[in-house]
Amino acid sequence: MADTAVGATTEPEHGSDPSRRDFIHIAALAAAAGGAATLVWPFIDQMNPSADTRALASTEFDLTKVAEGQQVTIKWRGKPLFVRNRTKAEIAKAVADDSASMKDPATDASRVKPGKANWLIVGGNCTHLGCVPTFGGGEYGGWFCPCHGSVYDTSGRIRKGPAPLNLVVPEYAFLTDTKVKIG
Amino acid sequence: MSGHSTYQPKTGIERWLDARLPIVRLGYDSFVDYPTPRNLNYWWTFGGILSLCLASQLITGIILVMHYTPSASGAFASVEHIMRDVNYGWLIRYMHANGASMFFIAVYIHMLRGLYYGSYKAPREVLWLLGCVIYLLMMATAFMGYVLPWGQMSFHGAVVITNLFGALPLVGESITTWLWGGFAVDNPTLNRFFSLHYLLPFMIAGVVILHIWALHVVGQNNPTGVDPKSKADTVPFTPYATVKDGFAMSVFLILFAFFVFYMPNALGHADNYVEANPLVTPAHIVPEWYFLPFYAILRAVPDKLMGVLAMFGAIACLFALPWLDTSKVRSMRYRPTAKIYFVFFLVTCCVLGVCGAKLPDDPVIPNLTTFQLMGSDMNSFVWLSRVASLYYFAFFLVVLPVLGLVEKTLPVPDSIASPALSADAHKG
Amino acid sequence: MLRKLSAIAAAAGLLVVGANGPALAAGGALKAKEVHWSFEGPFGTFDQAQLQRGFKVYREVCSACHSLKLVSFRNLGDKGGPFYNEKYPNSNDNPWVKAIAKDYEVNDIDGETGDAIKRPATSADRFPSPFANEAAARASNGGALPPDMSLLAKAREEGPDHIYSVVTGYVDAPKGLTVPTGGHYNQYFAGDLTSAWRGDPKHVPPGGFIAMAPPLKAGLVTFDDGVKSTLNQQAEDVSAFLMWAAEPKLEERKQTGFAVLIYLVLLSGLLYASYKTVWKNESH
Repeated sequence: MADTAVGATTEPEHGSDPSRRDFIHIAALAAAAGGAATLVWPFIDQMNPSADTRALASTEFDLTKVAEGQQVTIKWRGKPLFVRNRTKAEIAKAVADDSASMKDPATDASRVKPGKANWLIVGGNCTHLGCVPTFGGGEYGGWFCPCHGSVYDTSGRIRKGPAPLNLVVPEYAFLTDTKVKIG
Repeated sequence: MSGHSTYQPKTGIERWLDARLPIVRLGYDSFVDYPTPRNLNYWWTFGGILSLCLASQLITGIILVMHYTPSASGAFASVEHIMRDVNYGWLIRYMHANGASMFFIAVYIHMLRGLYYGSYKAPREVLWLLGCVIYLLMMATAFMGYVLPWGQMSFHGAVVITNLFGALPLVGESITTWLWGGFAVDNPTLNRFFSLHYLLPFMIAGVVILHIWALHVVGQNNPTGVDPKSKADTVPFTPYATVKDGFAMSVFLILFAFFVFYMPNALGHADNYVEANPLVTPAHIVPEWYFLPFYAILRAVPDKLMGVLAMFGAIACLFALPWLDTSKVRSMRYRPTAKIYFVFFLVTCCVLGVCGAKLPDDPVIPNLTTFQLMGSDMNSFVWLSRVASLYYFAFFLVVLPVLGLVEKTLPVPDSIASPALSADAHKG
Repeated sequence: MLRKLSAIAAAAGLLVVGANGPALAAGGALKAKEVHWSFEGPFGTFDQAQLQRGFKVYREVCSACHSLKLVSFRNLGDKGGPFYNEKYPNSNDNPWVKAIAKDYEVNDIDGETGDAIKRPATSADRFPSPFANEAAARASNGGALPPDMSLLAKAREEGPDHIYSVVTGYVDAPKGLTVPTGGHYNQYFAGDLTSAWRGDPKHVPPGGFIAMAPPLKAGLVTFDDGVKSTLNQQAEDVSAFLMWAAEPKLEERKQTGFAVLIYLVLLSGLLYASYKTVWKNESH
């Protein structure tokens, strides 16, 4: 409503300086618009993760629970995370493919911690549209996504299908030989 | 909406749209070129302020729902989650809670302005009735909203208000059970109140559109109560009214911000920071300040059913007002006797408000004992509220109908533009 | 006339607003002692040293019976909190917070066996409650429920003044007052003593019976910053801490409010100038 106030004073009236008059209207309108714009920020920011959600962003996990050749799916930041204890054969297969042509090239070594090649920890959501892939499907011995047929190898790298990127390796660290802190 | 449209589409797109959906024309005719009486004072800015209040309540309310849990076990904790963890949650919740009070401050001023200047008289009866409907919806919305945090006052306030319906003969008990969805105020009650608290504001917005429509059909009243006769009596809504409304809104926001940032809990009750406990009632159960006058009328009557009827009757008087006032003169500016009764009415409303906040048997003048009548000392708030209630009803049912027939009014000006001239020209 | 009317309306409005207060002041209790708090007024802030002392009082005394269940350990390191440090904007990394959390044990479920276990708390956890549920709390306290302290300072009409007054308000019961078993006479605690009073019915003593025995006494808590541990000091500090626990965003609120008010005053000034310019040549 108020934004039409400027237009109404365009016809010159007796006496006062038109440029000074316009300045007052423009300043008032700019101040009102600036205030409204500032007020919008709290209304937007309230939808970002709240303080209690942000506080739960890291988790610890005991690796002794996972036998060789097994995988445990844990929930981290509300999403699945695959913790896989890989067999020697799986590691060998992944390393052998390091130089194969891939959509998102990465060596197997870059996806695990040094000296801990058997522990593969990757995000459990397909990088295509977020479905949860199942292990043991597809021709690369890794994961297969049932939604749109993306195929990942034993290192969680995308090898076939619509997904653009490898399964994400989260930020994590070994606290002891058998305990990791994720996040 | 009134008279012919002066909107001239300038560009091709505007012409194209105007031929299909003349929404720009509607906006132009209603808020730009709309003729506004030139003599409106600041009391007329509260319509705009109320729109601002409604918008603020809707926006902050929709945001709060994003974080609120409507369940008896989770509601209190979720409100505290908003206050402590949600980004700017404290700001949004305090805006919503204090916004309700600001809304009522503005609506009471708006209503009293209408009462003083006779804005309910022909041809504005429907406009006034729609306003009364908005006020009723506001009260229902505010009451249900206050229940949602599920604190002690929320819970026991809901108990008291829903029990009012128990006063109705025969059906009373069935109605309260139906309202509760159980044998007491509990989770089902909270859930339905939440649903309705979300629905009613949109109904308010709908009635507000009708209210503005009715306003633009009959045109605004003005302090003289004389209809605009020529172009000299009016100015275009924009920029004249818009800039004045904008200034008034900004000043009103200072008051609003002062409450939100410096005394956010002053208008609430400390007990509502204690989670609801059906087994213990707070020592003093009082409604929010904007209900206090009606609460006082309720308690003034010793009989339960009659008390409830008196309370609803007090609101019904507002609906009947256009037909109760018999005066031919609109504005009390020219009704010196009515003006005195009006000031008394204003004081009465405030006295009722104070009575509603006090314990009925507390003395008005400390340490003074007079004599007992109907089980209470004459120097008690219950007696003060009885006297005040009597005047409240007398104002509507006796003063306004009778005074209009017998009072001597001052000469009314001929037109808005030349009040001084016509004051001499017209006697009687 | 209008000017008169508006003055009346303003006065009436104030009356209505003010009317809520006195009616709610607790039945028969003395008016709380007024303490000067650092967080009062438009520029008020929490005194961090005081909050730390108050937290120590809560931790060593109050927490034996009173829960603080809406407050998380990480809150201690939030801006305005007792252990806030600029170096750790994310309170979850704050070493003081981590150290405090580790000293507490919280209930959890073993992910492997499903058994109920105890584990050291992390900064994300909330303060554990001293009792498992309300019934357990009442059973251990002679039938009385020690209220949760998270919102106590806002849940009492007189706020932190009330808390301060109650913990320092224990005096010997006047002659003629029958103190029930498990009750303690307190001048600032709400209650009605008429039935326990055998003296002059016109002069019933103020206050009520509180189940809590006097919780604080001089020297009970040793303050790390060397402040003398008197009863008043402990009472003031813990009341301030509880005010922070109830309204942790108080500082942010007041600071934002100041900026908002300055902005609104400037905006009103500009709009007034604009309004006067628009209406300059119109009589009204």
